[in-house]
Amino acid sequence: MNRLERKDRLVRLALLVVAFSAVSILAVITVFMFEQGTPIIFKYGVKSFLAGSDWYPSEKSFGLWPMIVGSVYVTFGAMVIGVPFGLACAIVLTEFASKSVRRIIKPVVELLAGIPSVVYGFMGVVILVPFIRETFGGPGLSVLAASIILGIMILPTIISISVDSLQALPPAYREGSVALGATKWQTVRMVLLPAARSGIIASIILGMGRAIGETMATIMIAGNAISVPRSLLAPVRTLTSNIALEMSYATGEHRQALFATGVILFIIIMALNTVANVTSARRRKAKG
Amino acid sequence: MSLDPRLSQRVARVVLWAMTVVTVAVLLFIIFFILRRGLPAISLDFLTKNPVDMGKGGGIFSTILGTVVLTALAILIATPLGVGTAIFLTEYTWENTVTRVIRFGAECLAGIPSIIFGLFGFILFVTKLGFGWSILSGGLTLAFMLLPTIIRTSEEAIKSVPSAYRQVSFSLGGTKWQTVTRVVLPSALPGIVTGIILSIGRSIGETAATIFTAGSALRIPTSLFSSTRTMSVHFYILAREGISMSRAYGTAAVLIIAILAVNVATYYLMNRFIKKYS
Repeated sequence: MNRLERKDRLVRLALLVVAFSAVSILAVITVFMFEQGTPIIFKYGVKSFLAGSDWYPSEKSFGLWPMIVGSVYVTFGAMVIGVPFGLACAIVLTEFASKSVRRIIKPVVELLAGIPSVVYGFMGVVILVPFIRETFGGPGLSVLAASIILGIMILPTIISISVDSLQALPPAYREGSVALGATKWQTVRMVLLPAARSGIIASIILGMGRAIGETMATIMIAGNAISVPRSLLAPVRTLTSNIALEMSYATGEHRQALFATGVILFIIIMALNTVANVTSARRRKAKG
Repeated sequence: MSLDPRLSQRVARVVLWAMTVVTVAVLLFIIFFILRRGLPAISLDFLTKNPVDMGKGGGIFSTILGTVVLTALAILIATPLGVGTAIFLTEYTWENTVTRVIRFGAECLAGIPSIIFGLFGFILFVTKLGFGWSILSGGLTLAFMLLPTIIRTSEEAIKSVPSAYRQVSFSLGGTKWQTVTRVVLPSALPGIVTGIILSIGRSIGETAATIFTAGSALRIPTSLFSSTRTMSVHFYILAREGISMSRAYGTAAVLIIAILAVNVATYYLMNRFIKKYS
């Protein structure tokens, strides 16, 4: 074995170590979050933590139910807005638009992904919230406002992954369907969408993860009231907002309770990630 | 469906196009709205003077500096790790359990919300390791956040280098590492740089992860251990606490312009890269 080969082996070893950086970081984050957050969950009981509806940290009452419901409502609302528009864009981009139109729309959508979430939140505050307040009544800061803004924010995720999975379909699918006399829309609806299903589902799940995890925009427009919202126009606090709003001054058990909020968020996100991963892995396998 | 297929085709076409137009219009509206209200606030003084009185007066120089320094540190940490991972995945191994674990780890990391990174960075770097609210804590936290993007884009860039390049290098007696450093990486460079620029864009816009790790000091940072405030955090504080709306718009406009520049650069590089290999 000469010097160069020895060096090559060393390099491989070094790269192997580097390659585990992402996994190690993930492991460290997981350990830290659980180490900080779980003791207090078990101290006060899982049930009272998840199902309790009173959050008064100064009186040692840590019920996350309103925030869990809040996150679910806002995320669901974001999906109702983001999924149809995202899919429509993806279908237009891959099937209907000419090449030159695609070359305009695609960078615009990518730009959408780059706009900071605080800017989205701000747009919500200066335009959407007053609009909702004046048109529908209520405080304006609401489930509805948060759903609309988050729905816009998850568009790039849904569009780019759906476009990828539609484009990955063999051209023979389209040609076969059109040769049988189907219209373009029939082809999309009966052939392409079902065939690209797993990729599209993965895009929706990842979009969901983004909506649940979004913090700054939600704080600015959701109103942050700690109560289960009774209507679309009621203010709401999400799990992420709960952490960000109180982190700066929390100490002791209050801080631990915020970490516990983080743990619950973390578990939800990891579950979504795993599902998205499994569906897209299945897609890869089906293709290969 | 009993609907005439030609009619439903026409309806679907109109509806889908309308939805796409709405989406694009919303985006363009956001950009024009911010620029229209923000550009008048931007002046040389705004960009080169420090904030006065919590941001009520003065400019945003220290926050621009804070953003640049924090982003630079994050990129400096994340790039070697990310590119190294990508090289290992593409050149030094084949698909097996180890690569699946690495990929799964990277994909999960990409899905973690920034507030969790913020919490984690706060507890590990700010308190446990005693770095305090500082550029170092913020840079490390951001680097962890950017790592998955850099891994993914570098991997794709390296994969798209034609295998003939490698075979020629091997046939000339090049070792694996020589092939990687002298043939593969130079060819994949535009793709890798694209990933880095994308990450720069992400870290410029990041708020939740930096506010809890880098803090929000308005002074000019003097060392890695100084706390600093990024433009996004500054914008958030100005807007949320209603300190100065005109300065909030100005800061937002600077942010949008920076993101636009990042996107244009990415787009340009990507096109060049794609042209080269197709």
